[in-house]
Amino acid sequence: MLLTIVALVATVVIWRKTHGEFLGIDFRGGSLLEVSFESGRPNEIIREKKIAEERRQEILKDLETQYGPVRQERFDDIGPTVGAQLKSKSIKAVVILLIVIVIYLAIVFRSMARVLSPWAMGIAAIAALLHDVIIPIGVFSILGAYYGVEISAVFVAAILTILGYSVSDTVVVFDRIRENVVRFGGKESFPELVHKSILQTLTRSINTSVTTLLALVAIFLFGGESVKYFALALIIGIVSGTYSSIFIASPIVVWWHGFRKKGI
Amino acid sequence: MTSKLGLAIIIVISLFFGFFVSPLGEKSFSWVPPFRLGLDLLGGAHLEYQGDLTQLAEGQSAGDAMEGVRDVIERRVNLFGVSEPVVQIEGSDRLIVELAGITDIQQAIDLIGLTPFLEFKELSDETASASFISTGLTGKNLKRSEVTFDSTTGRPQIALTLDDEGTKLFAEITKRNIGKPVAIFLDEQPISIPTVQTEIPDGKAVITGMFTPQQAKELANRLNAGALPVPIEKISQQTVGASLGAESLNKSLSAGLYALFLVALFMIAFYRLPGLAAVLALLSYSAIVLTIYKLFPVTLSLSGIAGFILSLGIAVDANVLIFSRMREEIKAGRTLPQAVNEGFRRAWYSIRDSHVTTILGAVVLYMFTTSIVKGFALTLGIGVVVSLFSSIVVTRAFMNRTTGPWFASKSWLF
Repeated sequence: MLLTIVALVATVVIWRKTHGEFLGIDFRGGSLLEVSFESGRPNEIIREKKIAEERRQEILKDLETQYGPVRQERFDDIGPTVGAQLKSKSIKAVVILLIVIVIYLAIVFRSMARVLSPWAMGIAAIAALLHDVIIPIGVFSILGAYYGVEISAVFVAAILTILGYSVSDTVVVFDRIRENVVRFGGKESFPELVHKSILQTLTRSINTSVTTLLALVAIFLFGGESVKYFALALIIGIVSGTYSSIFIASPIVVWWHGFRKKGI
Repeated sequence: MTSKLGLAIIIVISLFFGFFVSPLGEKSFSWVPPFRLGLDLLGGAHLEYQGDLTQLAEGQSAGDAMEGVRDVIERRVNLFGVSEPVVQIEGSDRLIVELAGITDIQQAIDLIGLTPFLEFKELSDETASASFISTGLTGKNLKRSEVTFDSTTGRPQIALTLDDEGTKLFAEITKRNIGKPVAIFLDEQPISIPTVQTEIPDGKAVITGMFTPQQAKELANRLNAGALPVPIEKISQQTVGASLGAESLNKSLSAGLYALFLVALFMIAFYRLPGLAAVLALLSYSAIVLTIYKLFPVTLSLSGIAGFILSLGIAVDANVLIFSRMREEIKAGRTLPQAVNEGFRRAWYSIRDSHVTTILGAVVLYMFTTSIVKGFALTLGIGVVVSLFSSIVVTRAFMNRTTGPWFASKSWLF
């Protein structure tokens, strides 16, 4: 919980301070030029608001006179409208996705209507998911603002992956809760059943996270520059995803259940 | 017996698919296609243009205008000899051009950016070699062109409407060339060489010839395009050098192999025999998914590979769910065959729900996003659908072979 709040505050503060400038040019528009040197000097990355053709050649020529033969490895020049569109489309897709997930979970868990509103599961899953998304965004807003990490469109894919992962993780716990409610519903109290379900799925949750994390750490260590940060975002998201299914989604369901009982 | 046969079929098919997607398959047989790689891995240019649709000519629809732009740019792109260039309209006013493996990206951009050139030419008076020379009348004087039909013969023809300046020029050209050919050149290529019958003062020219309606329509489109129906502006460009792309590809591949190795090690160490079954199922799973990517073909970019890796993670998760459940059942005192059965049966709901939510996610992303995220959604979606199959059918086929008495006596295997 504390981490979420810290990440949220960091995101908001950095956003306010930099007006979203920690985002890469994929979102804001702008130019990026990457050159490699024949002399073996590490690659140079130049970011500017707009690198026109003359300016590009000027940069290449300057670097060449200074450090010997260069080669242009990458040149991105993205108009502000394209960037804005990526942002708005991604947000739209995520919102639709969230709605679809809530509806699907309500349908799947309708057999629990006796104990709990079917919407509770969906809402709790979304709460956990927001938690899992906010943390990597917070971390990357810091990396982007202070360490020059390029937050590119691939980052959107990473966030979406975390989203999917977080939901399946939560769903597995909920499925177990449902099974236990159907089997032992009369005998044990709901909070006890939830507790039991969490313990039963704990091995699986940890094992799945560990396997996925192993794969991601390999990618982080051996993958290229762009995949590296993708993997890092996922590592953060998956750790937080496992945590949130247990410590956020489940307590919300229990709380909702208690609230409803009082209401009746 | 049937489960033995089923397992044999799965193994044979997986081996074949594995061969099909391995570099070995491509080397051995020419009919094995290569993977289609994205620009970020192959090197190349991704260009995005925006058409200015605010000043459409009268009677011109936005869709036609953009199609005209696309046609002309497609023709120009084909001049580079790029393999499988992509030129597509996106949304109402965007044009995306993707050139893979282009070495001189700047030249390509320059060529695309040039205003397509339509020109009327006449025969040179001086030389006997019958070469065409410029008349000064070009595509900038063309208002529009459309397909009409000859009132007497019913044959399709192309009607050109020139603007005021063009009308004047055209009247002069036709006046001095009666009985002689006047050629219409597009990008320095003659596309039609009609012979002038009379002077034409009203700025309306007709290109006749033995056109089929389809050809006539195409030509009219090309002429409209040649005149650039709407101005376009480059709004975004992304280029990746071939060496940087190759580096990303190699690094991603080796990272993927390390990842696979670590996951396999963990699965076998933790789940022993079932873990081994899962690793075999995962290898078969990877072979199937990669075969689909190859056949479809799905363009594999970095984000696409990320989608594949995620689906691999989900496939592992499905196996973990099953085995965790199996162990619980064994602990609860069930026999091995019962535990295998129950493990699969009980894990099914969790597997189904986590897969369906992911598939729904992939579908939504595929429908509502573009480029990078779309590629991710596509590989993820395919991967998850196959994972559902793999965990239920393939892992099961392997596990069903391990329920005999020989295995039951060796509980350390589970």
